[in-house]
Amino acid sequence: MIKTKFDYNKYLRQNTLPHIWCPGCGDGIILKSLIRAIDKLQIKKDDIVIASGIGCASRLPGYVDFNTIHTTHGRALTFAIGIKMFKPRLKVITISGDGDALAIGGNHFIHAARRNIDITLIVFNNYTYGMTGGQYSPTQPIGSYATTTPYGNIEPPFDVCDLAKAAGATWVARSTSYHALQLDKLIEAAITHQGFSVLDVITNCHISYGRRNKMKSPVEMITYQKEKGIPVRSAENLKPEELTGRFKTGLIYQKNDAPEFCAEYQKKLELLKTK
Amino acid sequence: MANNIKLMQGNEAIAEGAVIAGCNFFAGYPITPSSEISEYLSVKLPKTGGVFLQMEDEIAALGAVLGASLGGAKAITATSGPGMSLKQEHIGYASMCEIPCVIVNVMRGGPSTGLPTLPSQSDVMQVKWGVHGDHAIIAITPSSVNESLYETVRAFNLSIKYRTPVIILTDEIIGHMREKVIIMEKDSIEILEIKLPSVPPEEYKPYNYLSGKVTPLAPMGEGYRYHVTGLIHGDTGFPSQKTEVIQNAQNWLIDKIYKNVADIEKFEEFQTGDAELLLVAYGSTSRSSRQAVMMARAAGIKAGLFRPITIWPFPEKQIKNLAKRAKIILVPEMNMGQIIFEVQRCACNSAVHGLNIVNGEPITPDQIYDKIKEITK
Repeated sequence: MIKTKFDYNKYLRQNTLPHIWCPGCGDGIILKSLIRAIDKLQIKKDDIVIASGIGCASRLPGYVDFNTIHTTHGRALTFAIGIKMFKPRLKVITISGDGDALAIGGNHFIHAARRNIDITLIVFNNYTYGMTGGQYSPTQPIGSYATTTPYGNIEPPFDVCDLAKAAGATWVARSTSYHALQLDKLIEAAITHQGFSVLDVITNCHISYGRRNKMKSPVEMITYQKEKGIPVRSAENLKPEELTGRFKTGLIYQKNDAPEFCAEYQKKLELLKTK
Repeated sequence: MANNIKLMQGNEAIAEGAVIAGCNFFAGYPITPSSEISEYLSVKLPKTGGVFLQMEDEIAALGAVLGASLGGAKAITATSGPGMSLKQEHIGYASMCEIPCVIVNVMRGGPSTGLPTLPSQSDVMQVKWGVHGDHAIIAITPSSVNESLYETVRAFNLSIKYRTPVIILTDEIIGHMREKVIIMEKDSIEILEIKLPSVPPEEYKPYNYLSGKVTPLAPMGEGYRYHVTGLIHGDTGFPSQKTEVIQNAQNWLIDKIYKNVADIEKFEEFQTGDAELLLVAYGSTSRSSRQAVMMARAAGIKAGLFRPITIWPFPEKQIKNLAKRAKIILVPEMNMGQIIFEVQRCACNSAVHGLNIVNGEPITPDQIYDKIKEITK
């Protein structure tokens, strides 16, 4: 059987290209993976809403032919919650960077997770504020360098997945821009999950992060993702010290029977109708 | 007929006005003295299939309102002083992206936490200028409970018609007082509905700066796929840094409001026909001012009251006209002097005085009358 080349053009807004991402940036890999996952699920374009915050990753919605909202810094989830609650039939996907989702948007992140609302959040996690020139973010590892940590970072980073799970998200996974095929499957599963799903995608910013941290080229950064990422199952057999500096990849947590916010709200409405 | 007369609180009347207007989405955050609005809607909205949400903060509340509005909801949020400061970010976003929404600010004393349950009118300029960047805003200052209800309906209509945030700028006195409200038959009230654009999706552009007409906002999820961004954007909604697009976009945000002032403005005049002394007052202070006009008239002073109901855009033309006769103007307000600057700008040949009492108490008719006597000596 001849495998035909995947046609991205039917999902891309040609008039908004070329994109703003630097050559070698990992964000384009995630964009293509997202398109493949949506295509696989055969969801109508009209039924998809993509909301994003501010930052490099958050420019993604402009390039794809869905209902797209490029919102304010950190607040994409608030818009997502508004439209999802008003039109629960829509599939709502939120795109955020690490600074967007966890620093300025940290409050919205934990509360969206707490509500377990049926929204997918994809965090493009490159450990830095790339768009503003490479300041340190809340996921930047201790000891690494940024334009605002010239003497090395001393702030412990958030683990996106631990935080999501602790706050109430019912589907949590991690992948990287290296693991593109795994990423397709995880995005597909995240969208399919009924509840708040968080996908932490480690992506490379060699321009703002890598070159200050001995990874000047995209190749070095992709290699870092390949070498430091460890499948969840393999990690189970390792001692904590062996996991230092590494991160788990794959499905980290899933809970299928938790009440979903929109559905619970609809139940209340039904109950009021009968009264 | 008697069934249509109710005793209501000002905040409740705003909430009921929202329901009458067809509001089907509320998101808010608890704050005094506005909380009754959210409590009232938490009871009412779910009964009609609407959405009520209490969000994690004020910014999130307006974010959810804007998300819902993009989906085609008639959405409202309510807050007070400190919450209004937090909402500025998304008021700017709503202005820039032209997303209809109604925002209630029940004014309390400030700055900062200020006076949580005491009245003030000190957010009038914040409402106009609080957002960074140039934009125009519509704000309405009701002065009674009955007016709070009907002006809320009008606020929804204006927000849809001009695709803009509309602010109901009430104060703690009007918000918490109880008065008679006459509920009219729904058929006799103008209520604008959200409609799909008249053009098919492939021809739809979310903006059209040079047409001079407001493009209807297509509810998302109905086949009209488009892009929304807080970046300066062209007619397609996509970001642009072309100089002509930037200028057109900036002009449009101002022009769509200021070229339609005649439609947006609303005011009330009381004994202004022969007034040589003009009072300009809004919200709760206009009630004391009306009484003071009667006291002055009884003493032979030709006094009158001009009361803006739409306070932004400011009714320049009316003030200019009235100032031809009224050479003395008094502007009582519960702040250190805000609308007085607008009045001075419009009435530069008149002596414009302020009466600024900000001690947490309403300004009384006696205080205003005393000031009238002082400035007309």
